[in-house]
Amino acid sequence: MHWVNAIAMLIMITSGWGIYNDYVIIGGLHFSKSLRLGDWAAESLLWHFAGMWFLAINGLAYLLYGAVTGRFRERLLPIKMSDVLKTIDETLHFKIAHSDITHYNAVQKLLYLVVIAAGMSQVVTGIAIWKPIQFSWLVSLFGGFQGARLVHFLGMAVIVGFLVVHVALSLLVPSTLWAMLTGGPRVTGPTARAEAET
Amino acid sequence: MKFPFRPGTPPDANLLDNHRPLLRALERRQLIRGGLSLGALTMLTGCDFQKPASVEAALRKISAFNDGVQAVLFDPSKLAPTYPASMVLKPPKFNAYYDVENVKPVDGKKWRLDVSGLIANKAPWSLTQINALPQKEEIIRHICVEGWDYIGQWSGVPLRIFLDRIGADTRAKYVNFLTADNYPSSIDMATAMHPQTLLATKYAGETLPDPFGFPLRLRTSTKLGYKNPKWITAIEISNTFRPGFWEKQGFSWFGGI
Repeated sequence: MHWVNAIAMLIMITSGWGIYNDYVIIGGLHFSKSLRLGDWAAESLLWHFAGMWFLAINGLAYLLYGAVTGRFRERLLPIKMSDVLKTIDETLHFKIAHSDITHYNAVQKLLYLVVIAAGMSQVVTGIAIWKPIQFSWLVSLFGGFQGARLVHFLGMAVIVGFLVVHVALSLLVPSTLWAMLTGGPRVTGPTARAEAET
Repeated sequence: MKFPFRPGTPPDANLLDNHRPLLRALERRQLIRGGLSLGALTMLTGCDFQKPASVEAALRKISAFNDGVQAVLFDPSKLAPTYPASMVLKPPKFNAYYDVENVKPVDGKKWRLDVSGLIANKAPWSLTQINALPQKEEIIRHICVEGWDYIGQWSGVPLRIFLDRIGADTRAKYVNFLTADNYPSSIDMATAMHPQTLLATKYAGETLPDPFGFPLRLRTSTKLGYKNPKWITAIEISNTFRPGFWEKQGFSWFGGI
């Protein structure tokens, strides 16, 4: 799931940059040809509207899986403000420990929730931009067609920002890479133990 | 300093001098060969190296599938939002596959609209006849595939009324258009029958200016800008799929919004 998402995300981001260039949101900001998927808008659009199926279907499956198995509740919640501050404080003092990779620290939890929300927002704003008349109520939620475009653009920026940190940190903690490839170690947390007892 | 991979005693310096011409020749040959293969590589990147035809074909198949999805998402009774006259952009934004200076005006007196295909009355139409048909005005948003938009005020005869007048078989799949600027286009019958789809003859209450399609253009409220051909010269009702100017180059055929 992670790797389908990774490839779909890269396709959506780079083809999106190709589409963006025809009518820029930030004056002067263009994405150079080497960064874009597709030689011109028509090709980028073909990629974007093909990639959307992989992103949306995979994402939906991931959300269902996370909700049904309770994985989200177990891994990502609760987030306490004091824990976030504590993690930031530890990180600033170079105490970057990630010995148990099945357990996320508060900042990780927060970032994962943010990026999941950004991914969901991209699908919703994407539908709004694709079908602004059929889903005109959705467009009005974002303050019009250009508003939806802007939110779609900002969502991309959040995801790209996350990606930079995510990739850099996973390279810093190489043991996580193997887990990403294989699906990770068996969890023997309270839930797993409870399941074993029943 | 002693290096492990070098002999303890250096070789005779004359050895290098004796072989120098041969070495030069080899280097020169290498350079020529290297240059050639480098040139070949740049040629490769220009065509099929980076873009295998199969990928392009697969993407276009998904796009055709998406056309079907778009047709399902299209609600024939859903009206696009309309806006007050104060929001109308005057003049509208020009966009075509060429610059506005290259627009070739059409003579409205000589102009005729040819109609063909699955219809009962195949007589061509003059502008006077078209202007005599029931008129409708709408202030709607124009959205371009590039991402820009504006609000425009269009009037003309609803396409569904025109199709009724020519006795069109509305069970046909497509309404195909030919234009004076060689910009063929086609739309699905459901969109053609949508109440906000017009054969427009006026913008902001005035006769259409030349750059915007005088004397007759299509204006649909439910499709992207490129699905609105200007300077229409012929309409065909057909079950034969004829992709338009941009669609042939990879843009979605349905182009619905």
